[in-house]
Amino acid sequence: MNFEFFFNNLPALTITGLAFGAIYALIALGYTMVYGVLQLINFAHSEVFMYGTFAALWAVMALGGADASGMKLVGILAAALVAAMALSAAIALALERVAYRPLIKRNAPRLIALISAIGASFVLAELMGLRDRVAAWFGLDDDLDDYVGKARINNSIAGVVEAPRWDVAGVSVSSIDILVIVSAVAMMVVVDQFVRRSKLGKGIRATAQDPETASMMGVNPVRTVQMTFLIGGLMAGVAAFLYMLKIETTKYDVGFLLGVKAFTAAVLGGIGNLRGALLGGLVLGVAENWGSALFGTEWRHVVAFLLLIVILLFRPTGLLGESLGKARA
Amino acid sequence: MSKFKLPALSALPKPVKIVLWVLVALLAYALPLLEPPFITTPGVDFGGVLFVVTMYCLIALGLNIVVGYAGLLDLGYVGFYAVGAYTAAILTSFHANWPLLLALPVAVLASTISGVLLGAPTLRVRGDYLAIVTLGFGEIIRLIAVNTEWLGERRGISNVARPPSLGGTEGWFEIPHLYWGDGSVLLDTQDTTKFLVFGVLDQIPYYWMGLTVVILMLFADYLVKDSRVGRAWEATREDEDAAELMGVPTFRFKLLAFASGAFVGGLAGALYASRQNFINPDSFLLLFSILFLAAVVVGGQGNRWGVMVGAVLVAYLPQRFREFDDFRVLVFGLALVLLAILRPEGLFPPRRTVRAKQLEQELEVLEEGTEGEEDARV
Repeated sequence: MNFEFFFNNLPALTITGLAFGAIYALIALGYTMVYGVLQLINFAHSEVFMYGTFAALWAVMALGGADASGMKLVGILAAALVAAMALSAAIALALERVAYRPLIKRNAPRLIALISAIGASFVLAELMGLRDRVAAWFGLDDDLDDYVGKARINNSIAGVVEAPRWDVAGVSVSSIDILVIVSAVAMMVVVDQFVRRSKLGKGIRATAQDPETASMMGVNPVRTVQMTFLIGGLMAGVAAFLYMLKIETTKYDVGFLLGVKAFTAAVLGGIGNLRGALLGGLVLGVAENWGSALFGTEWRHVVAFLLLIVILLFRPTGLLGESLGKARA
Repeated sequence: MSKFKLPALSALPKPVKIVLWVLVALLAYALPLLEPPFITTPGVDFGGVLFVVTMYCLIALGLNIVVGYAGLLDLGYVGFYAVGAYTAAILTSFHANWPLLLALPVAVLASTISGVLLGAPTLRVRGDYLAIVTLGFGEIIRLIAVNTEWLGERRGISNVARPPSLGGTEGWFEIPHLYWGDGSVLLDTQDTTKFLVFGVLDQIPYYWMGLTVVILMLFADYLVKDSRVGRAWEATREDEDAAELMGVPTFRFKLLAFASGAFVGGLAGALYASRQNFINPDSFLLLFSILFLAAVVVGGQGNRWGVMVGAVLVAYLPQRFREFDDFRVLVFGLALVLLAILRPEGLFPPRRTVRAKQLEQELEVLEEGTEGEEDARV
């Protein structure tokens, strides 16, 4: 128990925790929305996020982000964000088409949908991990060596962005952390308002509440599910971009742990509940960071899972309760 | 296919059936000695692969109680497996010097207790939450092992005790293996297995031990499934509220299912640690929980023979096709997706599920039929 360190650094620890939590929250959004509509744990969502990190990485590499500065760098980063969102959304939609829709159509048991998701997750992660071999089939491995060469080890964009540290009331804060928190919360608000107010959002909520009645009222169920996956994918793309800004390295299996954490965050806040995902993510991020300061970083994940178990014991539906369908406009 | 075979088999007189089963069991015991071509695993020790297969079968049977019979989604089964393995390792090597046969009951007891401790507070939570709580439990167990010096940290624990050999280091007698040449089969007197020596090189005795445990487990499963307890589990799975109203104390039965599953998982873990002689936290990754669950669901949850087939597939196929080494996980993932889409009930669903499905389809046809008539009338 390292109380002295903990209390001396409490504000800084909280800020970094919030930054991690914001990323968890953005990924958790994908889990929670799919769960709200389909009652299905979208186990492969972590890979959607992982592809986003690579899209951002490749965009920065292809556009020469390492030598750029000033406005050019900002432009490159914007392109990286778009690339990450596009690839993540595409993967999420493909996932829905290939791994879920055939099952939903046949009304398969939910556990088998989980197995399908696990299978899809393995396929996606391994495709990324074997991308050098896949490129070699097409004879492209030499041309694309920068992109596919380090298939099974860390890929990094370290040094591309040199973020200033700000001094806020005597506490040194990384500007990246602030950027991550602010943009993640902003995105969450946008999605929340979209789901609450737009016609499509109403369709999503109606389907979550009662799919049959919703489809009788003219809501296209297939399209609604697609939209749900699309929004989840886009948000995972944003999370991937912010993650690359903050952590700067990625790997083919990076999605797994983050996915587990994000799902934990979703359950913590109340699965199916958008605001719950935000709260759950932030609580999880901060608790984890405080926990690792108190007990040592090696206990970080233990703290996260213990927190989850304890909260579920006292509040089995999560902090804010489950309510994608019940949310009122 | 099985539709025609099964009635024929069950119609046989009992003595014939018993003889048939004994023959099947004998064949299973003799499998590593026969070393039939194509089935043997090139490049990997066949006996060792078969031992792992038996462990997966044991685990699948245990997890089937939790997932298949009681309908509780457990994503942290590897946690119980780890508790069993670590208890055995600590007692026989790291902190004490017990013989394995003494440590085995303690290991099983420890994992059963851990199952009760985890289940008592969490089984009141609904299905999907249970999945994530158990997943967290599995990870916590592994991380505790990684971070605790008393448990060997990342280095793990070596020199776990082996099972006691019968008849000293030479065994009572030697059994020759078969040698498959080009079109001829010979007894290979150079290549023999000593009965019954649990050594380093020859893995076959471990396989025999594993197979024996699996057969015992099958008997137990058979008895439990058709008992009051088995029916209570199935009732709880199908409709918890209805079961409770009919006087089934569902929580207690769910806890019992969880504890039984933990019991089997711990047993498998202890046996695995003993064969491996060495364990470290990497043997208990979350991935294994997922593989175990895949074995149960692929085979057809709720059907003991189905989950055994699933276990054999999950454990054996990656070893048999080692030449595709790097692509193993990829192919496995593809297979899971395809299987889920083509056979959503698993390869061998229990007869009850099949019947329920047929009934549902008949009802659907009836409903559609009346609709059609209405249309015709209009």
